Amino acid sequence: MAAITANLYAQHDRAALLESRQATREARWVKYTILGVALTFFAIFLLLPLAVVFAEALAKGWHTYLDALVEPDALSAVKLTLLAAVISVPLNLVFGVAAAWAITRFDFRGKQLLITLIDLPFSVSPVVAGLIYVLVFSSHGWIGPWLLEHDIKVIFAVPGIVLATVFVTVPFVARELIPLLQAQGREEEEAAVVLGARGWQVFWHVTLPNVRWALLYGVILSNARAMGEFGAVSVVSGHIRGETNTLPLHVEILYNEYQFAAAFAVASLLALLALVTLAVKSWIEWRAAQAHD
Amino acid sequence: MTKAPTLPRVLPGFGLSLGFTLTYLSLVVLIPLAAVFIRASSLSLEAFWDAVTAPRVLASYQLSFGMALLAAAINTVFGLLLAWSLVRYRFPGKKLVDALVDLPFALPTAVAGIALTALYAGNGWLGQYLEPLGIKVAFGPLGVLVALVFIGLPFVVRTVQPVLEDLETELEEAATSLGAHRWQTFRHVILPVLQPALMTGFALAFARAVGEYGSVIFIAGNIPMVSEITPLMIISKLEQYDYAGATAIASVMLVASFLLLLAINGLQAWQARRNGRSE
Repeated sequence: MAAITANLYAQHDRAALLESRQATREARWVKYTILGVALTFFAIFLLLPLAVVFAEALAKGWHTYLDALVEPDALSAVKLTLLAAVISVPLNLVFGVAAAWAITRFDFRGKQLLITLIDLPFSVSPVVAGLIYVLVFSSHGWIGPWLLEHDIKVIFAVPGIVLATVFVTVPFVARELIPLLQAQGREEEEAAVVLGARGWQVFWHVTLPNVRWALLYGVILSNARAMGEFGAVSVVSGHIRGETNTLPLHVEILYNEYQFAAAFAVASLLALLALVTLAVKSWIEWRAAQAHD
Repeated sequence: MTKAPTLPRVLPGFGLSLGFTLTYLSLVVLIPLAAVFIRASSLSLEAFWDAVTAPRVLASYQLSFGMALLAAAINTVFGLLLAWSLVRYRFPGKKLVDALVDLPFALPTAVAGIALTALYAGNGWLGQYLEPLGIKVAFGPLGVLVALVFIGLPFVVRTVQPVLEDLETELEEAATSLGAHRWQTFRHVILPVLQPALMTGFALAFARAVGEYGSVIFIAGNIPMVSEITPLMIISKLEQYDYAGATAIASVMLVASFLLLLAINGLQAWQARRNGRSE
């Protein structure tokens, strides 16, 4: 997607061109109808939900807002959310790079199947993603009895939350890198090898500079998902306050206790994270377009 | 499938990268997913059938799949209009709109869920005008639809947008100079080019919507037989420690996901071929 959206800014003046030509423009009333319908849809389904989060969060004033954020249960939820992201994002970054290298730099049978399998976590329901780890690690699960014997808790504990987060973020980096590396071809790296570079040198000095924006793009998207995952984490968490609650789960608990202002206050943190993610994403696309020109 | 001649391998790291990829994928994704099918196959056929065809579960399939289809259809129409506006027109705030289209990807689903509920509840910004009209969105099936439209919104826009950007204006100019009206040009020249992208976007939005949980459960009201989605049925089985029942329903959902994934891959291959030919 990064490579595609890089065109976006290069083609930014294209709209002006298309609007100016007889063959590629619509009658004025058609244009304004399309634009009006599209932007109304955008406002109702995207702007209003975003605005309501902040409005509800501040409905009872700054005092309630800040109290909800510095309360011990909220802070421990922040810590757990950060921990899950700090483990899952680097793991999937390494995986994404290895998978993209194998898939785009070598020919082997079953490549298409492998690409499909990497995408699998995107199409599996988050609830099913949580369930699979319950089936493996819970006391009724495959290795549950063994874990019990050794006093290791995975389900309804922190390791389960980390595992579920790793699962849902598996495809992000790989999915950004594969199309880009495929488009760039192998010639540059092969030239480096022929000139005597060793494997890691080729990777650091030839491959990485070419894909750094796509890599960053994959990282921020997987980070957003890791910090915001709800369904999968909800199944394995056990909802123990102050222990196994991530931020999204904390929002749910507050909401179900009718502490709406506090729930939206914590939610507004996550909404800010989403806005920062989108801002960084736009910035990366802009940088990528610059590099492209 | 690849027709490339087998050249001697120049680049290093084949064994390491492929080995790591396969090991990691097996440990994190494939083996745990296999657990669902192995668990489900330990059920007797009768018990499996009873679990996946209980009336409440059947009602949940109807709701989840029906609303997901409807939401994907709505997103296909409005997503096309939005992509068209972003590529073809100039308007103030365009860059902001373009960036915010991805909000449903970045906003945690639980946040989306409570925000939509607050909007459409009886005293909410939108609910207070809709309820007097007899339109009850929150805590009912319509709420499920609204949540699924929200989370599926970026898919069609982001699959159609790049195709529209790459569309060559010569085609439209030729059509116009041959006397076609604007609508005829759109219908017979532009739409056929967009079709694979529209279908891919539809399928992606549908696949996402079928399994969605976080944004739906707050607004759905979760009334048995009326507004319970299938993922919620899995959760409620788990809460009753009915692991077998949860696994049976999960295996039905997984099979649906696999089939959708295959369909999407097929559509994307078709799109790639179509684009390749037009260039």
